[in-house]
Amino acid sequence: MQSKAEQVNDGQATRPIEAASFDVERIRKDFPILSRTVNGKPLVYLDNAATTQKPSVVTASICHLHESTNANIHRGVHRLSIETTQAYEKARLRVARFIGAASETEIIFVRGATEAINLVAQSFGRPNLIEGDEIIVSNLEHHANIVPWQILCEQTGARLRVVPVDDDGNFLLDEYQHLLTQKTKIVAILQGSNALGTVVPVHAVTRMAHEYGAKVLIDGAQAVQHHEVDVRSIDCDFYVFSGHKMYAPSGIGILYAKEELLDAMPPYQGGGEMIKSVTFEQTIYNDLPHKFEAGTPNIEGAIGLGAAIEYLENVGLSNIAAYEDKLLDYATTRLAEIPEVRLIGTAKEKVSVVSFVVEGIHPHDIGTVLDQEGVAIRTGHHCAQPIMQRFGVPATARASMSFYNTHDEIDRLIDAIHTAIGVFA
Amino acid sequence: MSELTDLYQELILDHNRSPRNRGRLENPDGLAQGYNPLCGDQISVSVKLDGDRIESIKFEGSGCAISTASASLMTQSLKGKTLEEAGELFNRFHKLLTEEGNAEELGQGMGKLKVFSGVCQYPARVKCATLAWHTVKAALNNKEGNITTE
Ligand SMILES: Cc1ncc(COP(=O)(O)O)c(C=O)c1O
Repeated sequence: MQSKAEQVNDGQATRPIEAASFDVERIRKDFPILSRTVNGKPLVYLDNAATTQKPSVVTASICHLHESTNANIHRGVHRLSIETTQAYEKARLRVARFIGAASETEIIFVRGATEAINLVAQSFGRPNLIEGDEIIVSNLEHHANIVPWQILCEQTGARLRVVPVDDDGNFLLDEYQHLLTQKTKIVAILQGSNALGTVVPVHAVTRMAHEYGAKVLIDGAQAVQHHEVDVRSIDCDFYVFSGHKMYAPSGIGILYAKEELLDAMPPYQGGGEMIKSVTFEQTIYNDLPHKFEAGTPNIEGAIGLGAAIEYLENVGLSNIAAYEDKLLDYATTRLAEIPEVRLIGTAKEKVSVVSFVVEGIHPHDIGTVLDQEGVAIRTGHHCAQPIMQRFGVPATARASMSFYNTHDEIDRLIDAIHTAIGVFA
Repeated sequence: MSELTDLYQELILDHNRSPRNRGRLENPDGLAQGYNPLCGDQISVSVKLDGDRIESIKFEGSGCAISTASASLMTQSLKGKTLEEAGELFNRFHKLLTEEGNAEELGQGMGKLKVFSGVCQYPARVKCATLAWHTVKAALNNKEGNITTE
């Protein structure tokens, strides 16, 4: 993350030399899909905020499970069940260390960020909020961090308040301060914006909310894959993210919550695994984290997520952050060189996401022309319609970069945009 | 492999740049809004009837090149058609977009609408090309309404 955006524009950007410690060509070999072609051209995959590609080690971890140890977990005395349970719990421990949780009992495996937020809304929010209470979100949020709170508001009579952004897409801390009152019970804010790339100062957000006794949920779906995250340093009460956006399979995600909160919360779903004993008169819930994991979980997903984290740690989160910053800088500069392009989202601090519109060309048409050139980007509202409305556009084109992308690929993106402008001029 | 120019034929680009029959009719006999949540395309179609014949038809809204050109060309091809003929034309248009096959054959008698035959190579764009048609259908059926392509 770093400052950038408006400067630019005297001739072509100079391309930085890659740091010796970071060999992108070697990294690309870890992702077999990157060598495929689309429409006869080498694939340029720039839709990483939607989902990331998977390194071979993640695929291999799932193959190994299926071919060597497969069994259900936590319920067998036989060897396979023991081995699979160990692998599953090892993945949980890895997640806990990865985000700096105090204990692995604070790590709940869920389907993704969406399910984690719904879990918190229903298991924490519903019993604790009453009419007149307030929930604060920001204008930047993904629908996944809006709709579950609207449902909760309908159920409890609580009210949703929205922190605005400025014309660059910066989260406005002052405005946020004005919204905080004794009525604020939950603050649910993303750390990285999928639509604009804006990074929100979540440490300050959390500290300020705590002064009013509110609990804080941070949506890290667009943060954990880009830079180091330490939930205890943020001091948030809940932190959520999805595996598939951080090089792991889809269908797995994480809810982190402080232990005392999880202890006090009722289960989200009932079933096997989440109980200690069941009679028709009384059921005793299992200890954390199992209380929140009813039924046979996504074992493949959890193990794949563990492998993805190990991979990310080997590459090094600080290397990733530094390299992706350079890509973001380069993409921002090169896009700004095109007179027809308008960048949407030029916040001071960003993850490697560039959203833009091209004068006279609908984003959907850009997407199709780029696809023809082998360049995959996302076009549309990015499940964040309120921020599209804020900027007065129905949709944008968005290129979101990973550490496996190259400067050459950014050049291909720029060339393809010129092709699109040529078609529609 | 399909070429970009199969999709974005000159006629489509032309109707995107300068759409025909743009606007809204006063006191329409049928009016509907169409919305494509996938790309945010929004369109409104108004129709005036003379008996069961479409006397005039206009559209307004914002959308991608395919949906704008499709709306524009649709208004041209529907003017003067009976409701039955319009329904029949929509069915054939839909076939042209979704069925693999001989575009020449499928497009026979469809006049300028044939230019959309390239869309069938781009399944993600079929909804763009049919949005205006779904909307006019809604306008003629309930004479008042909202539709979405989802
Ligand atoms: C910021 C943000 N929050 C939440 C989500 C929802 O993630 P999932 O669909 O994996 O549950 C996304 C996905 O795009 C996101 O970008």
